[in-house]
Amino acid sequence: MKVNQSVLTVSELTRRVKSTLEVNFSDVSVQGEISNFKRHSSGHLYFTLKDENAQISAVMWRGRAMNLFFTPQDGMKVIARGKLTVYEIRGVYQIDVAQIQPLGIGELQLAFERLKQKLSEEGLFDAEYKLPLPAYPERIGIVTSPTGAAIQDIINIISRRFPAVELILYPVRVQGVGSASEIASAIRDFNTYGKIDVMIVGRGGGSLEDLWAFNEEIVARAIFDSKIPIISAVGHEVDYTIADFVADMRAPTPSAAAEMAVPDQSEVVEILRNFYYTSEQIVGEKLTFEKQQINALLQSYSFHRPHDLIHQHSQRLDELQHTLGRSVRQHFTIIQQRIDSFQKRLLSVNPKVILERGYAIVSRDGKIISRAGELHKNESIEMTFHDGDVPAIVQ
Amino acid sequence: MTKSTTKKTEGFEDSLKRLEKIVETLEQGNTPLDEVMKMYEEGVHLSKQCLDHLSRAELTLKRLSKDIKGNFTLFDEKLEE
Repeated sequence: MKVNQSVLTVSELTRRVKSTLEVNFSDVSVQGEISNFKRHSSGHLYFTLKDENAQISAVMWRGRAMNLFFTPQDGMKVIARGKLTVYEIRGVYQIDVAQIQPLGIGELQLAFERLKQKLSEEGLFDAEYKLPLPAYPERIGIVTSPTGAAIQDIINIISRRFPAVELILYPVRVQGVGSASEIASAIRDFNTYGKIDVMIVGRGGGSLEDLWAFNEEIVARAIFDSKIPIISAVGHEVDYTIADFVADMRAPTPSAAAEMAVPDQSEVVEILRNFYYTSEQIVGEKLTFEKQQINALLQSYSFHRPHDLIHQHSQRLDELQHTLGRSVRQHFTIIQQRIDSFQKRLLSVNPKVILERGYAIVSRDGKIISRAGELHKNESIEMTFHDGDVPAIVQ
Repeated sequence: MTKSTTKKTEGFEDSLKRLEKIVETLEQGNTPLDEVMKMYEEGVHLSKQCLDHLSRAELTLKRLSKDIKGNFTLFDEKLEE
């Protein structure tokens, strides 16, 4: 060994390596697969980027990790952009990552499948954990964007179907940076708040990236932990998210979620009408029968004393039918008018939306027919489809 | 700031269940007449209550907000017609 070659201390060498690396690789993009992914409790992300022949340690500090729209996973192929840094004390280098992009849309789909598999194995999708939806909710919690299409769709449907409820919106961002954690917190907050009967969690349609928050594990876990039944309503019919699998009920769209959340008030009125008229009829028949019995008795035994009890009951029934009964019947009329006007308004606003789903409006002389009982044989009617009118005759 | 409105709908489901029970009992036909009258009266009242609720209630929209102390407040939101 020659002694004239200059000898460096470890510190000196490391400092030279550091300056060489940090100057020459101050802004690099590198493609690789994530492994050993760890999210430290401080919020910093630590992982390794690798390909077949090499690997490099990577770190993404909390402030930057917060800007990710997705959570990186082991096995995901990504492009990471950042700078090389050397940690002198341990003589190691790593990439300090500023941005991560999935290598392609396929990577997100794979991530979706991996998480789905994992949560499925843990039992988060099991039917035994699904909570039943209340038949007549009073308050409905909604976790969605205050400005999106979803909240408007939900309001429209519920104001028509069953306006006797209170909607409570928890506004959140539904896409992009931090949206998953906002959605998860909102679900947990609604559980702490407690005063709602059912929750709708969702958003309108968008790309896979737009819907990604609903494929995040924190959202899935918040839904699973909820003691309040949750209807997931993400995107369109074809979009399935992890949230859909964990939720107590999956709705294909926000509008459909609204329909699942509340009963149809016309049906409820129909039930009430049935109760009311059935009981009225039964009581009427019962009284008539008792009167006949008494009359028969009176005749056969030549009684002349009027039967007080029956008399009283008859009077009471008359009273009930005339006072209370009239008010109930009025209510039926009022509410039916209200429902009709709602439906008319809705149809006048945008009939196409409903008709395109395969419905048709039946009308006679321009008046909409809402009950089969209103139609008679051989009558001419008109059927309105989303693409035109067809005259028809009732058979 | 708004306080949460009182529960107008309280027992709507219970009322419907009770009505169903009443009609079932009435249909069996072996109930004494004054029982029948009482049930009928109760049924009429319940029907009226339910209908009242349905015809009076308007959809309301509120916004839930949590402050730093973790307290919840409901705010009124306007419903666009």
